[in-house]
Amino acid sequence: MNTLSSKIPEGQLSEKWTRYKSSQKLVNPANKRKLDIIVVGTGLAGASAAASLGALGFNVKIFCISDSPRRAHSIAAQGGINAAKNYQNDGDSVDRLFFDTIKGGDYRAREANVYRLAEVSNSIIDQCVAQGVPFARDYSGMLDNRSFGGAQVSRTFYAKGQTGQQLLLGAYSALSKEIKAGTVKMYERREMMDLVVVDGRARGIITRNLQTGEIERWASHAVVIATGGYGNVYFLSTNAMNCNGSAAVQCFHKGAFFANPCFVQIHPTCIPVKGDYQSKLTLMSESLRNDGRIWVPKKIEDAQAIREGRLNPTDISEQDRDYYLERRYPAFGNLVPRDIASRAAKERCDAGYGVAPSGYGVYLDFKSAIERLGKDKVEARYGNLFQMYEKIVDVNPYENPMMIYPAVHYTMGGLWVDYELQTTIPGLFATGEANFSDHGANRLGASALMQGLADGYFILPYTIQNYLSDQIYQERISTQTEEFTQAENALRDKLETIMSIKGEKTVDTLQRELGHIMWEYVGMGRNAENLRKAIPMLRELRNEFWTNVRVTGDLTSMNPELEKAVRLADHIELSQIIAKDALQREESCGGHYREEFVTNEGEAKRDDDNYMFVAAWQYTGKDQEPIMHKEELKYEFINVQQRNYK
Amino acid sequence: MDFTLKIWRQESQKAKGRFETYKITDISPDCSFLEMLDILNESLVNKLSHPVCFDHDCREGICGMCGLYINGHPHGPDSAITTCQLHMRKFKDGETITIEPWRAKPFPIIRDLVVDRTALDKIIQEGGYVSVTTGGVPDGNSILIPKHKADKAMDSASCIGCGACVAACKNASAMLFVSAKVSQLALLPQGKPEAATRVQNMVAKMDQLGFGNCTNTYACEAECPKEIKRSNIARMNREFILAKVASEEDLQQ
Repeated sequence: MNTLSSKIPEGQLSEKWTRYKSSQKLVNPANKRKLDIIVVGTGLAGASAAASLGALGFNVKIFCISDSPRRAHSIAAQGGINAAKNYQNDGDSVDRLFFDTIKGGDYRAREANVYRLAEVSNSIIDQCVAQGVPFARDYSGMLDNRSFGGAQVSRTFYAKGQTGQQLLLGAYSALSKEIKAGTVKMYERREMMDLVVVDGRARGIITRNLQTGEIERWASHAVVIATGGYGNVYFLSTNAMNCNGSAAVQCFHKGAFFANPCFVQIHPTCIPVKGDYQSKLTLMSESLRNDGRIWVPKKIEDAQAIREGRLNPTDISEQDRDYYLERRYPAFGNLVPRDIASRAAKERCDAGYGVAPSGYGVYLDFKSAIERLGKDKVEARYGNLFQMYEKIVDVNPYENPMMIYPAVHYTMGGLWVDYELQTTIPGLFATGEANFSDHGANRLGASALMQGLADGYFILPYTIQNYLSDQIYQERISTQTEEFTQAENALRDKLETIMSIKGEKTVDTLQRELGHIMWEYVGMGRNAENLRKAIPMLRELRNEFWTNVRVTGDLTSMNPELEKAVRLADHIELSQIIAKDALQREESCGGHYREEFVTNEGEAKRDDDNYMFVAAWQYTGKDQEPIMHKEELKYEFINVQQRNYK
Repeated sequence: MDFTLKIWRQESQKAKGRFETYKITDISPDCSFLEMLDILNESLVNKLSHPVCFDHDCREGICGMCGLYINGHPHGPDSAITTCQLHMRKFKDGETITIEPWRAKPFPIIRDLVVDRTALDKIIQEGGYVSVTTGGVPDGNSILIPKHKADKAMDSASCIGCGACVAACKNASAMLFVSAKVSQLALLPQGKPEAATRVQNMVAKMDQLGFGNCTNTYACEAECPKEIKRSNIARMNREFILAKVASEEDLQQ
């Protein structure tokens, strides 16, 4: 049954990666020129991989869903990027970053992968500095750091509140250099529509040109999926509108296993939902929790008065405020990991203490920070975030506390990959948020940027060579084979079917329905009863989509409705395995919180005896039950503990 | 709130465009501008017509994908924001709102309000980077950068590449965009070795792609959603002249 081999090298944890690199197979420069690699996605993980592979001498094609790589959603990461530099002399080390990441992920990540991530973290900072990324500096000219949730050291490097932007622009500049050099060719406004597998190996992709509607075939010796996460299955999330899990679903349908789909991160600090017209939620960086204090009123009648607009938060005295994170978790306070902060907010709001008109909102208050540091310093640290908040909500956060509520933000689950970042389809690799490998059941803040760049700059360029070394005898792949024709025809059929339904419901309507089911039944607090209800509802929604969706426009020109429809169809497929995965995992861990499995104190209760494994799902066909494979997680080097942030 | 929308519709680059008028009612003042267009589009789909195409992605003002010319202003009437951050409370109830795409020769229209801005990427490809490859770089702290310089470089680097500066300029000049990248790298020690070739190559590409010259009206600065300063243009001009006069490096071709 267990067909999964994670290919973790032998030896001590700290020696594994070094040992791997010294014994892996390489491709000589003359052969690199003859090998084609397709990279799908131009965010941190894709752009950094393409730039590095291009510089090594491979022939790289990179596909961008937007007009420019700089639009990728990595750009929106605000807070920072972790690295174990220990520039602050506060006791940080590779071991500690490794330990914090494993613990933050609630002991559901692979030890060897996480250790390697911590190991290469320092090189990322050096690389980005060399590219001209303007990280924040202190007055001596040295790199500055800030602290972040889930850590007791200051290891987060940042560029104002725009770290993701600057790192992406760094990767984009490296990519631009390779495009100019001719080693990488970029195809913009293209969306991957299918993976082509020939003799069991990934050999190319089918794309749709979003500008002209043309269906195109592309062949290569290896394919890298760097298309990000699937948070948009929840409709309202902090993801950008174009973020989608479609490419990953196509790979799943072609045989790649999908790991831990139920591990979805709900971020605690987002601007609350306002109305039905809302299209997305805006994240306020976790870094705000460094200086902001989270609270709700102590008295339920005060909360009600605020909701009804009869009372202002500034009218509530200190002793009538409940700083519930500081109360429940004195050691970490407002800096507890995201899953814990999110659940604590939900708990207070469910108990009737919420302060937004909808009842779902808590305060993030900078009053004491402004008193302690002065307004100027707070502005220097968070100015752009405060401005963003004011533009959206029309409330000045220097004078009034911000209102926040948790929202779907990141997906720890993704395509199953081994130590080499290779999926279960030989020649198909997945990097960044699109894979599942490093964050376990919960990702720590400032670790997504780290992982995306680690994969792209420092891991994949090594591991992919181990695969390509025996591909040097393989001639350039032709796109004129049966497999490509079949994939193209299947896609044409699918698109024509969608266009011909001409039903009653718009894509947006169905998407909202999907989001509603997922948030209500497969959201922050899950239980078997609701999950069992969700599965048939999702099946019903799939039927509704394929019989009643309305897509206007045509197939041969720019048609955003069609794009959304195709993604929605894939998201409905994915939602079903999210629900199934959440149902089978009878424990609470990280972002996956099952209401039946809690400690007496109301904290998440893991079940290490029965669930210390990665659940990797295999597609078996339409209307067939997927098969779950288990990759047992062995912790050889660290002591598994109950997470405790008190 | 109710609005009358006059929206530029154009099926393709070659097709003839025209303004179409739409009435939209019952919009919440807290609705964002793009959400208002979502509502319009949903109603168009319900009427079986083709929705209005417009570019958008992150909807939080950082990706630079959205860009509409609203009532004569790139990104609309509010200052220091992108179109996606504009909210309907900035308009008067009953107002007529005119929505056009970026108008600039180097940005051909793809459909309706969507334009092709890949010209900006082509300029970056001419040298908007430090030519390092992956690996083999020194420790991050071995390059000391005075805080004020790092902060200034960061301000220039905040450009989101939306193209509002080009759309705002009567000459369709990309000077603000190009100078922001030139400045960021000229301010940092990492960018110094290639500074002279960078500025010359990027400016040459900008000219070649059909962007106009700067005639110092500073509409670009006034409309920039990220408040990129015109002093970047001055710095670029200085860099350019220095490169031409004082440097012996030739254009890399």
